[in-house]
Amino acid sequence: MNLQLVLEQLLNGGQLGVTLFLMAAGLTLIFGIMNLVNLAHGSFYMVGAYLAVTFYRWTGSLVLGVLLALPATLLAGAVVEVIALRTLYERDHLDQVLATFGLILFFNELTAIIWGRVGLFTNLPGWLSGSVDFGATFSYPLYRLVIIVVGIGVAGALWYMVTRTRLGMLVRAGASNRTMVAALGVNIRLLYTLVFGIGAALAGLAGAMAAPIYAVQPGMGDPVLIQAFVVIAIGGIGSIRGALAGALIVGMVDTLGRAFLKPALATLISAPAAQSAGPALASMLVYLLMAVVLVLRPEGLFPARGR
Amino acid sequence: MRHGRRAIVFLGLVLLLAAVPPAAALLGQPFYVDLLRRVMIFAIAAVSLDLILGYGGMVSFGHAAYLGVGAYAVTILAVYGVHNGVLQWAAAVGASMLLAAAIGAVSIRTSGIYFIMITLAFTQMLYYLGISLDVYGGDNGMRLPMRSQFGGLIDLGNGTEFYYLVLGLLVLVVLFVRRLVDSRFGMVIRAAKSNEPRTRAIGFSPYPYRLAAFVISGGICGLAGALLINHTAYLTPDLMHWTRSGDILFMVVLGGMASTVGPVLGALVLLVLENALSNWTEHWQIILGPFLVLVVLFARRGLGGLLWREERDG
Repeated sequence: MNLQLVLEQLLNGGQLGVTLFLMAAGLTLIFGIMNLVNLAHGSFYMVGAYLAVTFYRWTGSLVLGVLLALPATLLAGAVVEVIALRTLYERDHLDQVLATFGLILFFNELTAIIWGRVGLFTNLPGWLSGSVDFGATFSYPLYRLVIIVVGIGVAGALWYMVTRTRLGMLVRAGASNRTMVAALGVNIRLLYTLVFGIGAALAGLAGAMAAPIYAVQPGMGDPVLIQAFVVIAIGGIGSIRGALAGALIVGMVDTLGRAFLKPALATLISAPAAQSAGPALASMLVYLLMAVVLVLRPEGLFPARGR
Repeated sequence: MRHGRRAIVFLGLVLLLAAVPPAAALLGQPFYVDLLRRVMIFAIAAVSLDLILGYGGMVSFGHAAYLGVGAYAVTILAVYGVHNGVLQWAAAVGASMLLAAAIGAVSIRTSGIYFIMITLAFTQMLYYLGISLDVYGGDNGMRLPMRSQFGGLIDLGNGTEFYYLVLGLLVLVVLFVRRLVDSRFGMVIRAAKSNEPRTRAIGFSPYPYRLAAFVISGGICGLAGALLINHTAYLTPDLMHWTRSGDILFMVVLGGMASTVGPVLGALVLLVLENALSNWTEHWQIILGPFLVLVVLFARRGLGGLLWREERDG
């Protein structure tokens, strides 16, 4: 086990963590403010990826493709909120889960009809496909670094929006007492639609950035969604700080577990046994972590205040 | 059963299901025996979920886990040459109950959305575990070497015999859950659902009761898994795919929660509808998805709400 490998895996973990944060931030905002469990959040990840690829092919520019995909996913989110989800805020979680489960089936099939079931693959443009050299012996793909930087930037912008702007103030007020906010003359329905759209756009951004390096296919958002659930269960539901911490923890544990658990086990048990137990255990690691966290702290690591 | 109309619906359903094999033979359509056997197996799973969801208020989005563990238990024993059906099925039920005890112990400490997400996440974990078990087929799955053997008493290779065995088990499961719900144990479960502080105030701690119900529910669902693997004779991690948990949940809600018979109806309608739609178009999910949304928005009490009056709980 050498230093380069560890560094590389740490950066990979950071990249996964950033992706998960973009997903989890939207989920946790929507839950915290509208009290809505949105299983269809993974669909916006998928929609963002498909739209980015499509716009990329039309315009020939990846940056333009991603930038166009953002408002498009925001719009898609707002439309879904107005048509299907608005009536669900007052319902119990079971109804919300089932209805958004139905939306997932719909979106997965819709993308299969429009773009086909076979995955889409795109290449990075030349200027993004290189690597960055760190010293003489270690280099890391430039695009993955860009993802990490963009993710950190978005996290910062989100923090600024929630804590320093008027919109953020309304969001926080809406989360703690929606009736009072409405009574003070704020159009709470519009606020909800906007927050939902922003959440969808964050998921869309994660999907759009993933599009050039992973296969874009129907249902691609579902595993990410479930991992994002693990993230907010660990971090504490409704808290953006918790989402950030949870995302980084899950990203690191998952990536490092997959990379190093097998060799680590091989030093303890026989190599063939480690060969089969390593990957199995690595894929279970984040869920076991979640179980431990919940046994110790059922509300997660950073429970949202006032709830 | 003292619940009039519900009992009549159930009796009618059982008679109808019992008439399927001769009718299918008469019409030369053996496919329907297969379809309805699948329906009944999922009905058992849905009834098991209803026990904790409808009566206990625990929204488990992970019931496919027990289906999968039941199937894996049967297949793994068969791989090592144990074909005795009684042993295999007991192992399936036992393993599912153990798993349910572990998952339940963590998840029942939480409630609401946490409960939903945790049950979902643990099932996803088992799904990935199934994928990484290369010895038992991994991602691609593997054939069940031989169906469960019952010493010549029942031959599961014979479609009709297997069909009536599943029907018999379905009736037993429905009656058992009914009895359980009406018992003192069931009263505590229902009381904890409708008013937890008051249940505590009269001296019951809900946790052990909920956990016991969760474990029983997992065991019944594990039995459904053992039946399902004998039905398909092919083991795949897809048995534990999270959309399958969603399907089972939908069956319960579609048929009507907390009615024991409703989930049977829900399984029947959902799977027959799926079958009809998928014969019609490859993109049947684009219809099923919005249908699900509409059922949730406008038919909250499910089909059962149309067929029998709501009864006061408890």
